[in-house]
Amino acid sequence: MTPYHRPVPFAWWLGRRVYTLFVVRELTSVFIAAYVVLLLRLLHTLTLGREAYEAYLRSLAAPGMVVFHVVALAAAVYHSVTWFGLSPKAMVIRVGQKQAPAGIIVGANYLAWIAVSAIIAWLVLRG
Amino acid sequence: MPVRSTEPFWWLLFAVGGTVAAFLVPVHIALGGIALPAGWMREAFAYERVLALVSHPISRLYLFVMISLPLFHWAHRFRFTLIDLGLKGGRGAVAIACYGGAVIGAILAALVLVQL
Repeated sequence: MTPYHRPVPFAWWLGRRVYTLFVVRELTSVFIAAYVVLLLRLLHTLTLGREAYEAYLRSLAAPGMVVFHVVALAAAVYHSVTWFGLSPKAMVIRVGQKQAPAGIIVGANYLAWIAVSAIIAWLVLRG
Repeated sequence: MPVRSTEPFWWLLFAVGGTVAAFLVPVHIALGGIALPAGWMREAFAYERVLALVSHPISRLYLFVMISLPLFHWAHRFRFTLIDLGLKGGRGAVAIACYGGAVIGAILAALVLVQL
């Protein structure tokens, strides 16, 4: 006997804001994955030589590529914000008998994010 | 011997990949996808300079982590999103396609990075 499953409309996640934000949060991973594939493509052109690399850099200025990267940046930042927001639930830090307040854990994540981003930007852009 | 679920393994890759993506991906998109085509830092992206920068062993290891783990993060989230959005049939095929895609991406990343 097959149990009955009530059919769920495809657009169920558009009905409520929290559901929509949940699906948007999950789908940020698609943009992040697409970006790392493009980064791999860039590294691949480096192995092919200067011509291929410079042609690839020029292709990054195409309107479609710029739009993709702007949307991907928004998606990636949304991922970071939601990920750090969940961090107090994912890692409970105890100090003696007390639990470290959620605000401090989230704040520490943001500080580390800023520091890591600044170091990477410096390494890539210096000189 | 009991059959063990592989779920904790994929979940661990998802969690580590999500953390890697949260800390590292935004700045990389801003630099390589927006600042570079805008022409703000043209000298920084010169062929010889970028090749020297990414060829360092630590850079290669870093790039492998930064490319492969977010793919596993994607695979896990996308797998369950497809099911949530109504793809109830073929759960096994969805899982294989998603995790398989991430494994292939990780292998390609390793192949490119050893050639640098």
